[in-house]
Amino acid sequence: MQDLMNVSYDTQIPNNVGLSSDKRVLKALEKWHPGYINWWNDLIPDNFQQSLVYLRTAVSVDPKGWAKFDYVKMPEYRWGVLLAPQVEDRKIPCGEHAGEVAWQEVPGEYRNMLKRLIVIQGDTEPASVEQQRFLGLTAPSLYDMRNLFQVNVEEGRHLWAMVYLLHKYFGADGREEADDLLRRSSGSEEAPRMLGAFNEETPDWLSFFMFTYFTDRDGKMQLESLAQSGFDPLSRTCRFMLTEEAHHMFVGETGVGRTIERTCQVMKENGIDDPYDVDKIRSFGVIDLPTIQKKLNLHYTLSLDLFGQEVSTNAANAFNAGIKGRYMEHRIDDDHKLTDDTYVVWNMEGDQAVQKEVPALTAINMRLRDDYTRDASGGIQRWNKIIEKLGVDFKLKLPHEAFNRKIGVFSGHNFDPEGKLVSGAEYDAGIPNWLPTHADGDFIQSLMKPVYEPGQYAGWIAPPKVGIDNKPGDFEYVKLHVA
Amino acid sequence: MNKPLKQHLIDPEICIRCYTCEMSCPIDAITHDENNVVVDASKCNFCMDCIPVCPTGSIDEWRVVEKPYSLEEQYSWMELPVQQDVGGASENGVEALDDAMAQLLAEAHKGAGGKSRPPASASKPSVNLYNLAKPVVAKVQGNYRLTSENSDTDVRHIILDFGSHPFPVLEGQSIGVIPPGQDANGQPLLPRLYSVSSPRDGERPNYNNVSLTVKREPNGACSNFICDRNIGDELQVTGPFGATFLMPNDPSARLLMICTGTGSAPFRAFTMRRQRASAGATGDMVMFFGARTPDSLPYFGPLKKVPDRILKKHLVFSREPGQDKEYVQDRMRVEEAAISDMIRDPRTHIYICGLRGMEEGVEATFGAIAERAGLSWSTVRDAMREDGRYHVETY
Repeated sequence: MQDLMNVSYDTQIPNNVGLSSDKRVLKALEKWHPGYINWWNDLIPDNFQQSLVYLRTAVSVDPKGWAKFDYVKMPEYRWGVLLAPQVEDRKIPCGEHAGEVAWQEVPGEYRNMLKRLIVIQGDTEPASVEQQRFLGLTAPSLYDMRNLFQVNVEEGRHLWAMVYLLHKYFGADGREEADDLLRRSSGSEEAPRMLGAFNEETPDWLSFFMFTYFTDRDGKMQLESLAQSGFDPLSRTCRFMLTEEAHHMFVGETGVGRTIERTCQVMKENGIDDPYDVDKIRSFGVIDLPTIQKKLNLHYTLSLDLFGQEVSTNAANAFNAGIKGRYMEHRIDDDHKLTDDTYVVWNMEGDQAVQKEVPALTAINMRLRDDYTRDASGGIQRWNKIIEKLGVDFKLKLPHEAFNRKIGVFSGHNFDPEGKLVSGAEYDAGIPNWLPTHADGDFIQSLMKPVYEPGQYAGWIAPPKVGIDNKPGDFEYVKLHVA
Repeated sequence: MNKPLKQHLIDPEICIRCYTCEMSCPIDAITHDENNVVVDASKCNFCMDCIPVCPTGSIDEWRVVEKPYSLEEQYSWMELPVQQDVGGASENGVEALDDAMAQLLAEAHKGAGGKSRPPASASKPSVNLYNLAKPVVAKVQGNYRLTSENSDTDVRHIILDFGSHPFPVLEGQSIGVIPPGQDANGQPLLPRLYSVSSPRDGERPNYNNVSLTVKREPNGACSNFICDRNIGDELQVTGPFGATFLMPNDPSARLLMICTGTGSAPFRAFTMRRQRASAGATGDMVMFFGARTPDSLPYFGPLKKVPDRILKKHLVFSREPGQDKEYVQDRMRVEEAAISDMIRDPRTHIYICGLRGMEEGVEATFGAIAERAGLSWSTVRDAMREDGRYHVETY
């Protein structure tokens, strides 16, 4: 009997999908493999490739096996194809096929729609590794460097997951798409990544933490809705990816939290009560809270754009086809078809932002975005608790969803972070207070000096409360290769 | 008075509310409100499924309590309460969650002279996935005699297959085997502990199997039972147990291993782990292994084949015809320079495993070697132990 829980290492590609008895797909993946390794090797600076990094690797997809920690050189990381165990008699959870047996093969009529969703998801995975490629050079500690590399190798594994689906279920087109995932490259002139947010380099560690908190959380929501797919292999793939995605959320939330903690500590140590006394706070080498609020405004609003148009027929079609569900579809108590339901979305009527009911089927994106906002606001509260505990009078908050939007009904209109429509002049005057300026970027950049001593942290960030895998504070998370 | 009990808690200051634990709990013991994610003490059965899935480490919190904290109390927390003073509870490196097994291990590790700690770079062990109330069934996949037919000791290499049941075990950990039969009160007999002799990825890599090294003891209720099993027979297994006698993952760590008889089991696992996992390990491994004669020394053949650059072997025999009796401590004295060098190196980890009787001679020899190096052995040993670098397991 095939063992679908434990990872098999009898082929070059660790997997729990029985690759060794699926010669066609194995051959296709083995052909793709060298290109992937080349992509990885060209990406991250060589001395990090040679370093021993304390990483977790999944050895099985049940809870006990998917987080085994050990020192690994990143190019030797066991990337592989891991799917959550198949649920017996799983049914299609939503849309016109709701209640029918989930598909184990691609239904012909939805082939192109499915392929496109998989390619878009797949394209974001290597893109973020590309965006973050140089961050190791300015890591504020070995602990943070290890977390960065963990995120990177797992994004690499998520690429593998999508590439497996393309090779296994989409024949020649699938192989071509898989090759294109390695051909496109973040920020490239001729072949950029598919989504705009994935073509900007991540310039500094605060941006990285904000990215993992806000943008990876969009990724989490997309995975959540694909985990509800009636196409069972996609659902199983995404369910396992979600377990890894939780680590990325953790890196973001604690990274921003530790930055805030350090700022507040330094303010208190130096008797600074006014959080807006920016120059004085910066003179002690920490990032002032108003600048952190500006970074938050930027990353949150960029991430909202990733959800697309508020009213979308593509999203409606995907839901109706049972290809993509809603967040926590199985916990929603309705008919899962949305034939007569409505949902409230934003729209612009002249100069007025109004909320109105539209058919729920067309508002799938909006609903996911609302779920995202709820999910994202939890961390803000916990950051505020840190500020409060350290006795600083300041509160971070999410800006209004109309602010700084490039996609959807608000794009092209000048809203302030409170959601008030303002004149062009007011907008220009407000922007330096609402979004990070180049000068803010320069200041943050000036703090980005690497700290490579075990147990030591850069001055702008507090140490974590708990080590990875419960390791002690001075644990050497990365044994740096010295050439 | 109520017996104190161990309660599983989540640290609300560390938790990021990703709910991965809640989704992975097989019995819905984890739940959340707007504020916190919490564990229901009346449901949690310590299966540990939620521990590795947590990205933050907030889930690995335990308090020994007289009365468990209620869900409402836990929902209201902004931070975790400190451990109350309940009967000397210490939560570092919990070796086993049931008292009987914890006691057996405490007894075995007594020779370290104080509370044992795991090496700083050791992997985090899983403990007590299976217990007397809920054992796992393992199938015997192999049973080979390791000592020669002429030898009067019968030591066997037993391979157990766990099929589809997860059984993550680290080198140096033990598993319990439940012997057949009942005690005088009609209760099942307590499991006997055996140290695994295979590395963490299995006797055969990535097959879900482990090997044991079992010596047939006269009248041994469990050892005879195991040694008599045929391929395909089933055993009831508990564990894994043990959270301190573990190997460092650090490839530059140096290992000094001293054993007699079946005490070699964990060292076979350590050696195989190094061979499989850390090609290019820079730390050396040195082994002192005592037996009566070569044909009663388990793994004599395979051991000879491990190259010296990986493992420096000192095989000593106390009943070799025509030769003087030699015990491990005798050879240690001969190798004084090497040992003296190792005990001064902060990368060195010392492991002693075997019959209780060997402890005294080995201790005395370390003492003498340290003294000649101008060191106090008890100071060196205590510092190494506090650092997770000195480990004793004797029986």
